[in-house]
Amino acid sequence: MQGAHIAVHDLACRRGDRVLFRGLSFALNAGEALQVTGTNGTGKSSLLRLVAGLARPFAGSVARHGAVGLVDERPALDPELPLERALAFWRGLDGRTPVDLDALGLADLLDVPVRYLSTGQRKRAAMARLLGQRAEVWLLDEPLNGLDVHAAALVERLAAAHCREGGVLLIASHQPFALAGMREVALADFAP
Amino acid sequence: MIRLFATLLRRDLARLLGSGQGGGALLPILFFLAVAMIYPFAVGPDAPLLARTGGGVIWVAALLAAILPLDRLVEPDLERGMFDQWALRGISEEWVIAVRVVSHWLSFGPPLMLAALPAGALLGLSGAHLRTVELGLLAGTPGLAALGVAVAAITAGLRGGAALAGLLVIPLGVPLLIFGAGSLSTGGDSGVALTGAVSLVLLAVAPFAGGAAVRAARD
Repeated sequence: MQGAHIAVHDLACRRGDRVLFRGLSFALNAGEALQVTGTNGTGKSSLLRLVAGLARPFAGSVARHGAVGLVDERPALDPELPLERALAFWRGLDGRTPVDLDALGLADLLDVPVRYLSTGQRKRAAMARLLGQRAEVWLLDEPLNGLDVHAAALVERLAAAHCREGGVLLIASHQPFALAGMREVALADFAP
Repeated sequence: MIRLFATLLRRDLARLLGSGQGGGALLPILFFLAVAMIYPFAVGPDAPLLARTGGGVIWVAALLAAILPLDRLVEPDLERGMFDQWALRGISEEWVIAVRVVSHWLSFGPPLMLAALPAGALLGLSGAHLRTVELGLLAGTPGLAALGVAVAAITAGLRGGAALAGLLVIPLGVPLLIFGAGSLSTGGDSGVALTGAVSLVLLAVAPFAGGAAVRAARD
């Protein structure tokens, strides 16, 4: 996982005819983590989509090196399928990296259709999808939403392990996320 | 590449053929048969008239049946964030749409051609006539599938997209209808060949139009 890298330079984001933020610059090298904070609607999710390359910046540039994994409010798992088959689809695309579903508390949910899972269970399922992807760059949008205390601690441990292995982590969340050495950027400072 | 194609196709087919979502592939076929069935009720039991117009009715019914599955073709994947996850893995929208055209045709074309047999019998078509209808459908349904997927991608995420998709497919499907149903009156293979030509054009355009539409819907 060496060589993962994100560099954001003078980035501006526009939604509709409103500029959400401008002049945002930061760089993350292998093993580094950054949390973007801000109230609802400040453009945290939009920033993640810009960094992922899923949206075009209004101004500025994004450079990234390494495969990107994104977890947002949509788990991207077919709701009508049992969890095991929904995850198997992504395993078919990502290669068969073993993921410890037991640790994620998903082992006894494998035959439950995704649409019957709770918000927190879906989030954990999305984390399982992310782990299977073996991506160097993790973009997590509100990763602790809907998670109980144990699951939140688990996600924090996974994030720490990811950084130790040389991965890059960008988190957008208004909730505190415990991770040693993580920097913080308040998006409100870049509002026009 | 082959493995990617197979993985996507397997999921698409399971989704489109699956019975869990509004009848799966069966509903358009039943609709197609129902249209063919009510036509004799409307025009009366005049066997020569039915035999003369039956082929055209089958084509109109096929075009209408092609509208039914449109809202399930692209929009659910856009809402679920599947296209985002594919894009992050370097799988282009064009590629996904191309696979979707194949899977949509597989779940729609062959069942429709099968259903055209009882429909033809209901309308009293002769053997030769029915053969031309089947050949025309074989040449035309791939184009209908491509058109359907492209229009579904263009209207995905729009309010009232489903109704708009139907309105778009009908005029754009007219060339297929003219050549396909036209091959019945000329009785010739030239009509079938022209239907196939229109199909090929639609097949060539659909992945690019659909891919661009999905990217535009994401912004």
